[in-house]
Amino acid sequence: MADDKKETEPERPSVASDIAALAKGLKTTLTETFRPVVTTMYPEDKTPRAERYRGRHYLRRYDNGLERCIGCELCAAACPVGCILVIAAENTEENRVSPGERYAKTYEINMLRCIFCGYCEDACPVQAIVLGPEYELSDTSREKFIYTKEKLLEPLPPDVQARLHAQDKK
Amino acid sequence: MNDLYTNPIGHWVIVVVAIALLLFVLLTATAYTVWFERVALGRIQRRPGPNRVGPYGLLQLAADGIKLAFKESFIPAKTDRVLYVIAPTIAVAAAFLAWAVIPIGLWYNVQYWIADVNVGILLVFAVSALNVYAIVIGGYASNNTYSLLGGLRSAAQLISYEMSLGLSLVPTFMIVGSLRLRDIAEYTVHWGPYTGPIPLILLTPIGFVIYLISAVAETNRAPFDLPEAEQELIGGFLTEYSGLKFVMYYLAEYVNMITVSALAVLLFFGGWYLWGVPPVFAFLLKVILFLFLYIWIRGTFPRLRYDMLMRLGWKVLLPLAMVNVIVTATILVAVQG
Repeated sequence: MADDKKETEPERPSVASDIAALAKGLKTTLTETFRPVVTTMYPEDKTPRAERYRGRHYLRRYDNGLERCIGCELCAAACPVGCILVIAAENTEENRVSPGERYAKTYEINMLRCIFCGYCEDACPVQAIVLGPEYELSDTSREKFIYTKEKLLEPLPPDVQARLHAQDKK
Repeated sequence: MNDLYTNPIGHWVIVVVAIALLLFVLLTATAYTVWFERVALGRIQRRPGPNRVGPYGLLQLAADGIKLAFKESFIPAKTDRVLYVIAPTIAVAAAFLAWAVIPIGLWYNVQYWIADVNVGILLVFAVSALNVYAIVIGGYASNNTYSLLGGLRSAAQLISYEMSLGLSLVPTFMIVGSLRLRDIAEYTVHWGPYTGPIPLILLTPIGFVIYLISAVAETNRAPFDLPEAEQELIGGFLTEYSGLKFVMYYLAEYVNMITVSALAVLLFFGGWYLWGVPPVFAFLLKVILFLFLYIWIRGTFPRLRYDMLMRLGWKVLLPLAMVNVIVTATILVAVQG
């Protein structure tokens, strides 16, 4: 059917059809004017993130408060840009930080280098490091982008916490 | 009050105060025309437009103005410095001068305009034709190929459309029998039981259409914005201008836009007469509607190609305007004898 239309001679535009075309254009823009705005007012409204969105990192704890990280440095090895620094130390009876033999005495991520690939999360044998949903990471100095253990151990947003908890049970 | 008018010094005091007031009103109106345009264009594209600075983004223009005012006053190398500085001044002076004779309204026997010139409309055209000098000189003085091309295009465009613009209004003058803008707005008919002012578009509809198209071309606005065609000429004559000199061109463009809207209201839509609405507000309302029309056209139509622009001007609008003059003259002679 579409081919039939092509064969017919194209109609020579007349003044009337030209004016009709202009009027049609004006009508289109006018109706668009009264349709709702599609812009997301960014700082106030945010578009939803995907469930597995890879934003800033978090170090998780067990329910009893012990850190999950066992200082194995597999995340640092897996990291393609080498932005993770882990220095491990032995757990002792007096100072037990994680359930394993060792724990991460120092855990630093250079967020300026991180490419948010999520390999660290995949490499971790105890699911200690996860990438959360936050993506607004701007700051005022380079030093502030070296995320130390204190910052990484901040509690996860409750909804992510709940989802990861359900995954652990499986 | 009458003593003050007849006293020569008092008269000048009133004129100077009126000029200052008009400048203030015009500058404010220009700022909010820009705001209105940005919001309206945004809505056409389903964006909200400026909405950050002040309530509904109403202070956006203040922010823009401050930003532009504090920019470095930059003059590119090898420009003709004198002309480069004078050109935007001509633009803004010409734009404001036209408002000396535009009557805004007559309310409680007070005239809301500065001068009641008996050839008012001619004066408006004479002054608005100066705008072409601003653009051509600006384009020439910038020492930039894009600017020069923009200036040349503007000269050709304005000369082409000035003719049909002038001719489109001749039927109106013939019907009214005066070039005074006040007389045109106050033109009274005696149609059976009705005696009073009418929108003259009823008598000169073709003249109005020609005026509308030519006026868009005169003010260099889309779809006739060839002198500053961004995609081809970077910014045309504006390419080398920034800071306050850019502000002057920008201001002139929007003042001209308000001027042609105001003229359209006065010449075709009964000026400040609208049933039940106080004169000055009626005038304002009509001008805003016209401004919306211009913005709406800008948001709808793509720019004309240069040859199309010339063809439309010389082969369509000019002959049509001439035929309109002849036909109106014939009818007038037939009716009035």
